[in-house]
Amino acid sequence: MATSSTTHVRGRPRTVSERAGSVALYTVAVVVALLFLVPFYLLIRNSLATDADITGANWKFFPTVLHWENIPELFNDPAVPMARSMWNSLVVGVLGTAGQLLVCSLAGYALARVPYRHANKIFYAVLATLMIPSAVTFVPSFVLVSSLGWVSSLQGLIVPGLFSGFTAFLFRQYFLGFPKELEEAARIDGLGSWGTYWRIVVPNSTGFFSAIAVITFITNWNAFLWPLVIGQDQSSWTVQVALSTFTTAQTVNIHELFLAASVSILPLVLVFLFLQRYLVEGVAHTGIKG
Amino acid sequence: MTTTTTGGARPGATAPPGPAAKAKAKARHDGHGVRGSTRTFWLFAGPFLAGLLLFVYVPVGWSFYLSLFQAQNTVAPTKFVGLDNYADILTEGPFTDSLWTFTLFALIVVPLTYVLALALALLVHRISVARAFFRSVFFIPTACSYVVASMVWKLSIFNGVRFGLANTVLGWFGIEPIAWIGTVSPPWYWMVLVTLRLWLQLGFYMILFLAALQQIPKELYEAAWTDGARPGWQTFRHITLPQLRTTSVAVVLLMLIAAYQAFDEFYNLLPNTPYARPPLVYLYYTALGQGQDFGHGSAGALVLSALITMVTLLQGRIFGFGKADR
Repeated sequence: MATSSTTHVRGRPRTVSERAGSVALYTVAVVVALLFLVPFYLLIRNSLATDADITGANWKFFPTVLHWENIPELFNDPAVPMARSMWNSLVVGVLGTAGQLLVCSLAGYALARVPYRHANKIFYAVLATLMIPSAVTFVPSFVLVSSLGWVSSLQGLIVPGLFSGFTAFLFRQYFLGFPKELEEAARIDGLGSWGTYWRIVVPNSTGFFSAIAVITFITNWNAFLWPLVIGQDQSSWTVQVALSTFTTAQTVNIHELFLAASVSILPLVLVFLFLQRYLVEGVAHTGIKG
Repeated sequence: MTTTTTGGARPGATAPPGPAAKAKAKARHDGHGVRGSTRTFWLFAGPFLAGLLLFVYVPVGWSFYLSLFQAQNTVAPTKFVGLDNYADILTEGPFTDSLWTFTLFALIVVPLTYVLALALALLVHRISVARAFFRSVFFIPTACSYVVASMVWKLSIFNGVRFGLANTVLGWFGIEPIAWIGTVSPPWYWMVLVTLRLWLQLGFYMILFLAALQQIPKELYEAAWTDGARPGWQTFRHITLPQLRTTSVAVVLLMLIAAYQAFDEFYNLLPNTPYARPPLVYLYYTALGQGQDFGHGSAGALVLSALITMVTLLQGRIFGFGKADR
């Protein structure tokens, strides 16, 4: 996959114009790559600068001194609930992902594999919810969650997001293609449906589960509208809400703000670097994005 | 490794079981009979279906009910007003303005994203050295949230004063600093909104195109070359593009839905500005801003849901979306 898919016919000597074309290709790639990296560079640069460096009249591409002491300053600043909001984001990300995977994969399995008279009708009822964009239901969902008394609570942040029709649909499509022979072997060995699911189906589907988990975690971590709606107390802010509150309203040190932003994307950059295989697979398989 | 995903069921191996197959499956189902399998179904799907009912169907139904009432500062309806809420939002201006903002935004963002994401995919596809590196660089902005990107765009790149990066670069060419966000005319804020979304989204759609490009059989290109077609525009036009049709349709639909749900960057870049409010920002301020008007908010949410459903279905009709055509 790495070498064979250039559009050159292999074995044919490369002409001068082809070589010039390939130089042009790489030049474009490098220039675009640099453009894509500039915002990351600005994040790090501003994180370790002083406010005067950031807002100085003469814009310097490289700061003169790197201020590492900005990092303890951020976490000790009582005005910026950074540690708390990072923790909230982590809890919402992990529990939300685990819960959604559990609930939706079970439903997807039932819809794909368990014979039931009304399964088709139920499947259409699930499909119908895909038509309603989740972002639009925030008004009615807020009404419901507030009548449950869940505003500014972790369950208000997590629970409504667990029941994703789209994730259940993806799991159903995946389980339809799962080899039946494996399940039949388990049946012969005396396992019931529940046992077959946990001991045969899930262990043989870790790739798919990982891909959906990575994407769901990223979606949860970066979610903004729902946490903004539901997180009315500072104690329930996720990191996205905290950052937004500082940019749109309060005055805060600019370098602190940029450092907070850098810290907030760190977990996802790590996920990208270490789990990129699952991520690319997942995106390519499903084309989903929150 | 097929990208069916957003489409409906495909024929062949993954098709839902027909009646005959289902009866057979029922007959041999692990000895518990039909009743056992019904119980299994509810054991597996019950929690999900209960949640779907409570957190999707009930809110949507409640929203419809609320939209027929006056409900300000309370989530309980106070006075029945019939369709007045709908009439209000459709005639008063801010809501219809928000629909135009969305339309304009989508008209700019969707074609640009399509062309540039495809171009990036072709670029990465043709590169043989350090391909994984370039793919990662183009993909990694997806890790950023709109909130963080808005911050960089607003405070560091498109800052209205001289120390913003964009204005610094313009300064090298002797161009005066531009107030990127603060003014309505000229509407430079579109530049800020569009470039931000491009940076965040291109890598994601590039991956979708890359996956599709890798599935095009190489024999097609080889056959075309033997027939005298030249590598480049001709093969792209007559082989690559038609082979990408299914992916293209899915990508355009995803982009439309994503553009329509735009909220984060508008809210963070242009807080409290009456111009350039897409529908979700309008809804947010109506339902949860001062006055908490849940009656009008619910009506707006339902009109929007109806619109996006119509667009989805219409696009399905036009492009035969969901049909397997490869």
